[in-house]
Amino acid sequence: MIIEGKERIWKDYQKDIAEDNYYYARSCIRQNFFPGSEATFLRILISELGKDVYDDPNHTTCTGIAYHSDIVPLETTMTVVARHFALMTSAGYKNFVPSCITSFGLYTEIIETWYEFPETLEKTRENLYKATRREFEIPDNLAHTSDIIFKYRNEIEKKAKYKLVNKKTGEPLKIVEHIGCHYSKMFPHKGIGGAEYPYVLAGMVDSWGGSVIDYPERRHCCGFGFRQYAVKANRGYSISCSKKKFDSMAPYKPDMIITNCPGCPYFFDRWQYALSEMEGITYGENGNGIPAFTYEEVAGLVLGYDPWDLGLQLHQVACEPVLDKMGIDYIPENKYKGLNNIDLGKPEKATHLKFY
Amino acid sequence: MAKKNVIVIGGGIAGMESASYLSAMGFNVTLLEKSNELGGHLLNWERLFPTMRYGKQVIDFLAKGIDFEQINKVLNVEIKSIEKKNTQFCVELSNGKTFFGDSILITTGYDLFDAHRKEEYGYGIYNNVITSADLEKIFMSGNPITTTDGKTPKRIGIVHCVGSRDEKVGHVYCSKVCCVTGVKQAIEIKEKMPETEVFNFYMDMRMYGMHFEALYKKAQEKYGIQFIRGRLSEAAENIDGTIVLKVEDTLAGRPLKMNVDILVLLVGFVPSKGSKEVGKLMGLNIGINGFYKTKDQHTLTNVSNIDGVFFAGSCTGPKTITNTITDARAAASSVASYLLGFDLHKRDIENHEEFWLYDSK
Repeated sequence: MIIEGKERIWKDYQKDIAEDNYYYARSCIRQNFFPGSEATFLRILISELGKDVYDDPNHTTCTGIAYHSDIVPLETTMTVVARHFALMTSAGYKNFVPSCITSFGLYTEIIETWYEFPETLEKTRENLYKATRREFEIPDNLAHTSDIIFKYRNEIEKKAKYKLVNKKTGEPLKIVEHIGCHYSKMFPHKGIGGAEYPYVLAGMVDSWGGSVIDYPERRHCCGFGFRQYAVKANRGYSISCSKKKFDSMAPYKPDMIITNCPGCPYFFDRWQYALSEMEGITYGENGNGIPAFTYEEVAGLVLGYDPWDLGLQLHQVACEPVLDKMGIDYIPENKYKGLNNIDLGKPEKATHLKFY
Repeated sequence: MAKKNVIVIGGGIAGMESASYLSAMGFNVTLLEKSNELGGHLLNWERLFPTMRYGKQVIDFLAKGIDFEQINKVLNVEIKSIEKKNTQFCVELSNGKTFFGDSILITTGYDLFDAHRKEEYGYGIYNNVITSADLEKIFMSGNPITTTDGKTPKRIGIVHCVGSRDEKVGHVYCSKVCCVTGVKQAIEIKEKMPETEVFNFYMDMRMYGMHFEALYKKAQEKYGIQFIRGRLSEAAENIDGTIVLKVEDTLAGRPLKMNVDILVLLVGFVPSKGSKEVGKLMGLNIGINGFYKTKDQHTLTNVSNIDGVFFAGSCTGPKTITNTITDARAAASSVASYLLGFDLHKRDIENHEEFWLYDSK
């Protein structure tokens, strides 16, 4: 691997990211999958970095999953997206920051479509006005939330309490970075680092002391392809995709996986459990799995946030081996305590995957 | 009557042969070359398809014409400006020297496609991904072909059409020479390392030239080289440094995943940097694919949009060595006709633009 070759490509794929004043569009599914992540994003942006972020409760799904599953037609999707932009416009913001990769890809695709085919923009304006009497401006700046964390990765590093380093050995943690397919595969120039060797997560890992693993199936889908998991009969494809990736990354002995898509950490997490039950395979050391984190969770760990405030107890693959390697100070018995120390109950033990 | 002067810009094989013929026809010829040697890309190519002749033999042949005609060779020069006053051209070099000509023949050739741009193939990132030009350097050095850690490769993959027939990189044209170069290089590998398996991944095998088909057949029957119809989707590096390929075998109708020890990318032609610079200096018309646009696609293939300026060789599009030498001689006759006062290059023909070919509607 020649790192200079990657650096040369990264230079070709830079993007403008707004400094401040963000209109935040939450994901439909992240709040169910790993609900601590979006809260952590807001905490970092507002409390750590002092940025202005408007968390609007009025926006809806972007229709992304339905659009990619051919359930919702493009004209409807455009109108829904236009409504989001209208909400942003009426709130007085110009910088749109979606939390979901599919939403980011969809907003990008729609803005590009409007640019290439102006008649579709006019039709969308007409549809939105007829349906809601709303009008909208196209955002001045569209960036995914991982772009924002990337932009401020060095500021986060300056405030870091922990590094992505094995405290005992001093060695960088070996980290698999996995990028959501809709981040830049459709529009390489809209993603930091492009489509083939994206830098958005690798840049965070570099700044926070870790070491990025490149492995043969790096570009492969995690298994969250909508037609794979949304149709029950196709779920074998989904878990096969994940298994292909685990098999490919395992020889590199990764300490963790960092992701920037709502579904990727979820499928990497849950399918490791499923594979361990189905085939008795575990991919980490000593019966552990490879923890799959969101970038907000990793940033939160680096900043010294309590792992249980980050929601890491919602992962089926235990995070404790990584916490211990990083030397993070945490209280193990608080893992299943909710707000006000309410007992959340413990999940059942897995047959093979190590349980803490 | 004083001898007329011709300035030939570019000392590759087109420039060499046209300069020799123009001199033989009685003109004073100045041959300008930016490097320190005549021969262009052929200097870096060991053997030539389809006969496996050494490239040096062709250069030596062309150089005999240059020496015989005592051409004024000016090496290591950059052109600063080119001006036309009436029928006279004034070429000023960056070293301050100035040359005057009654006609200019442009032979600025091509550049090889920069394989870094096909990011998914990992050139410059994965150690054992090389280009066809890199492989020629190894052939010329006489060194064995090895992986970067010094091992003899058991399996080599050769990818056709890298940077050609590829809308993603903006080059929709065929580079004409890569298919047969892929066959040639595969045979050379097998001759040096009979135990090494060689796989060529192609879209179409364009064996249009005389004897090309015979070479292709020999590659399969004598050397056991395997040709797989399918364009590579991506290459990645395994933990042991081998390269894993993903490709669809379109004849079998199946996806294919395979490991190779070395991956060779057959890089195509792109318009040369020199062509772009000279074109800009002179205001020459550029075609839709970035090569110089000739006055007509069928009949005036050496004639530019500026009276007295002509083209030869692959500055107007990809050409084989055979085609380039033929084109150089044709260009020399076009220049001679112009300088002798004939108006053959001014013959009218109904205009047929190529732009409609690229309109999707």
